[in-house]
Parts: sequence; C-alpha cells; structure tokens
Amino acid sequence: MRYLPLTDTDRQDMLAVIGASSIDDLFVDVPAEARLTDKIAGLPDHASELAVERHMAALARQNLSAGEAPFFLGAGAYKHHVPASVDHLIQRGEFLTAYTPYQPEIAQGTLQVLFEFQTQVARLLGCDVANASMYDGSTACWEAIVMARRITKRGKAILSSGLHPHYVSVANTMAKFTGDVLAHEAPTLDAATDIDALIAGIDKDTSCVVVQYPDILGRIADLTPLADAAHAVGALLVAVVTEPVALGAIKAPGAMGADIVVGEGQSIGVGLQFGGPYLGLFACKQKYVRQMPGRLCGETVDAAGKRGFVLTLSTREQHIRREKATSNICTNSGLCALAFSIHMTLLGERGLRELATLNHALACQAADRLSQVPGVTLVNDSFFNEFTLILSKDAREVVRTLADKGVLAGVSLGRLFPAAPQIGNGLVVAVTETVTPEDIEALAKALEEELV
Amino acid sequence: MSRYFTDEHEWIDVEGEIATVGITDYAQEQLGDIVFVELPAEGTNFDKGDDAAVVELVKAASDVYAPISGEVVESNSALEDEPALVNSDAEEDGWFFKLRIADTSELEGLMNEAAYKKFVAAL
Repeated sequence: MRYLPLTDTDRQDMLAVIGASSIDDLFVDVPAEARLTDKIAGLPDHASELAVERHMAALARQNLSAGEAPFFLGAGAYKHHVPASVDHLIQRGEFLTAYTPYQPEIAQGTLQVLFEFQTQVARLLGCDVANASMYDGSTACWEAIVMARRITKRGKAILSSGLHPHYVSVANTMAKFTGDVLAHEAPTLDAATDIDALIAGIDKDTSCVVVQYPDILGRIADLTPLADAAHAVGALLVAVVTEPVALGAIKAPGAMGADIVVGEGQSIGVGLQFGGPYLGLFACKQKYVRQMPGRLCGETVDAAGKRGFVLTLSTREQHIRREKATSNICTNSGLCALAFSIHMTLLGERGLRELATLNHALACQAADRLSQVPGVTLVNDSFFNEFTLILSKDAREVVRTLADKGVLAGVSLGRLFPAAPQIGNGLVVAVTETVTPEDIEALAKALEEELV
Repeated sequence: MSRYFTDEHEWIDVEGEIATVGITDYAQEQLGDIVFVELPAEGTNFDKGDDAAVVELVKAASDVYAPISGEVVESNSALEDEPALVNSDAEEDGWFFKLRIADTSELEGLMNEAAYKKFVAAL
C-alpha cells in the first residue's frame, strides 16, 4: 500500500469544498490561549541532526540508566532482557506502518499476529479468550471493573490493598464518570495477603473483587477461595498480573477461577522505555466475550475454504453502535503486542519456564543475602521475582542515597503510597535475570553502609 | 391464535395471555446473515417500545423493540447456538421471546398479515 502526501493544491481544494479558508479555521473552537501562536520557548526553529544528537546525548548523560547500575526497580515495570531480533523484526515496514486491519484482504499478516498474540495471552493467563491488547495494565484493570459492572449490573468494586496504587488511581479517575464505588486501602507490611479481608467484604452489591497476583509487595496467594466467595454472591473475580513472567512458574489466575484476568505485558518484548508505551493484557471466560472491551481477532475461512483471520464481534465496538459500545477503546497496542508475541515465540513454553525459574532463583539469592543486612527485615513468605523489605529508616531517603552511590535499590513504598507514612520504611525489590550476583552484593553492601 | 405485525417488522402471536414475538421474514432478509441474537432475561418487564433484544450482523447491530407491554416468560434458547434460525425460519422456529401481555388494548393498533404485506410492498 502506498501513502502519498497531500500537495498544497489538494489542501486548498479540500478547504474550498468544506468552506474553510485555512487549516486554522478548523481549530476555532479551541480556546485562543490554548493555541500556539509563536515558537516554543527554548526550542530552536531548527537544528542539524548532528547538533540534536549531541544535545540529546548530553541530556541522557545526566540520567543513571537502568543498564548502567545494579538495578532492582520493579513495581509494575520490569527490566528483562529482550532478544535483539525482537527490535529488528518489529521494524519491518509491513508491521511498523500497518493501518488498522479492518480490511482483512490486505491485512492478513497483521491479523495473524494479533491472533497468535491473543492465543498466547489466553494460555498464559489461563483464560478462554483474550483481546488484541489494551493501552497498558492500569487501563486494562479499569476496563475489567466496568466490564464487571455491565455483567453484574452492580457498581461496587472491592480493590485489594495489594493492587498497584497507580492502577487504583486510574480506576478512581474513571469512576468519577461512571459512579462506580471503589473500596481500597493501603497495604500492611505482613506476610499474609488481604484475601480473608476481601472475602469478608464481599456482599450482594459487589460487582467484582480486584486482586493483584503477585501483589504490589510481591506476595502470592491462592485465589481459589476468593473466586468461590465472589461467585457465591454473583460477583466476579478480576485478577491483575503486572509481571507476566511469573506465570511461567506459578498457577495462572484463570485456572483458579478468575473471571477476568488483566495485566501489563511490558515484561515480555517491551523495554522499560521511560514508562511507556506499554501493553495491556485482557482475557476472560468465553461466556463474557461479548462484554469484553477492545479489538478481537478471529479465525475463519475464506470463500475458497482457506484459513484466514478477521476482526470479529465488532458490534461491541464504538464504530458500530457508539451508545451501546462496551468501551471507548477500539484500538490496541499493536506494535507492543507484536514485540510481546515475537519474544514469547522465541522463548516458547519451555523457555518461559526457564526464564521464570532463573528469575525466582536470583530473587531467592537476593532475599537471603539482603535479609542478613542489619536493619533489614523480609516481609514475604512467598514471592516470585519481587519482594518487600522493611528498612530501619525511611526507604525513600535510602533509595536516593543509594542512587547517588550508583545503586538503584528498588521502589520505596513512600513513593507508591505517599498518604501511608506507616509503611514508609518499606522497599520493593525486583530481581530479574538481568541481575548478577555482583549486583546483589553491591546492593547488600550499600544497604549495610546506609543502615548502620 | 391470532398473528399481528408492527411497522418495526415484528410479528406477535397471541394465545390467551401469552404473546410470542419475533422478527418478520422481510426483516431477516433486509438484515442479512444474523450471527448473534441477544435476548431478554426471563422476568424482565417491558413497556411498549422498550429495547427488548439485539440482532447482530457481522458489521452492524439492530435493536428489536417490545411491540407491547408485558413480562418476559421465556426466551428462545435455540438462538444461542443457532442464531441463523432467524434467517432460515424467522416466523416460526426463529421466535425471540414470549411475553405475558400486560394490556391487550395495545394490540388494537397493530396490523394483520394482509395489512403488513401491503405496508411492506409500499416500502
């Protein structure tokens, strides 16, 4: 397919047809103060490529980047090794510039990738069906909450204290417009999750219970009793996975009775990228597929009986019946989904298991070593590749001091839960396959110095 | 049993206090291949004109309205697995739902078969 840019004549002709004299006429309803009338302060009109490269490189040198230091940050975004072939393959023009695949006759490649991606996600999360992806984990989580509202016709969601606070924040923002009531508290630094409290909180008005697995502190709980308790009163269980690599080692939420499983797919194929773009995963039981938001690719046969792929169940989407659409999300994170799918394909089932095993083994080493540091207590009795430490002083300060010493120690709970000073000494430490034994020793030594 | 028709292309069979509702053969032909029918739950109460069901095609969806007021006593579960019944047998096996009629006077403004045929011919 060719993309031909417009000429000035084309633009003038189009403006004449719609009765506008200039492009700016199309923006008259944007308040004047919000429109740019002049150059952007501090930004030159133009610069040579070399000059821009130098400038950007100088800015980048001010960062301590993830690859340059012992790195233990997780809490929803993880530094994993992405094979070089992933980045190479996603840059093929057929993928990189592909338009929304509404015309199956010219989009079979894109559609097949989405179909493969959906298959991988559904199997990974233990669900019947997955969509072609959402923007990121937090928006996928919110969409699951409103999907539960549509299914149960109830508007009270209970959010686990172990749910990522940024996910809670996104849900609260969106709930302002839907009237959903969301119950949520900050976590306590105990080894046990809040499953029992969640079960006790479920009543006949509950639309869904939203639980993270492993949770924000890295703890892992069997979700089966929670699923049973929710189902007993007609509520749904929504499980949120922010570290999909974990599912190479622990049971998938779908296999424990979760009705909807959502998550962040960044760990697989997608780099940290300063926080985005990321990849929302969304899967559910087959019986709820018509209430699922987003794009869905299906397998069919063409007129000659040959296998082909098409976007399916499109009537759920807003371009068909806007007022009755399941969501205003009618797109997907296509390129990140492709990266996920390629990385997952390269790993294979056995490779994913090996990667998960390696992550867990390194995390166990780190937990053992760091627990020996005076002034450090390990919270978890279960974890995958991330656990929480209680330090003898405010973890935010410790993180800053250690960063100055060239060790990126983890994510402090003070940063995640600024309104909960009682857990301010908590530090969430992630240990992936990119961490070396030397890195673990460097963190332990730095903590020993700092917590004396 | 008497059969009525609406200008929204629904047919209604009335037997005692129960009305069986579906869409007409003309309607299914206009719509094309039906891939899904969303039916109302038993016990739902409709006022005349309420959205009662949805007929889905591959790239479109069409609402079906309650032709009269009443309470849903049954939905055609056969359509769950075989929505194409609406295409193949719209006015018999492809029925949508049964209502307990709330107000028989609402039937008075509806068409009989001959009137409906004339109505369709004029479209």
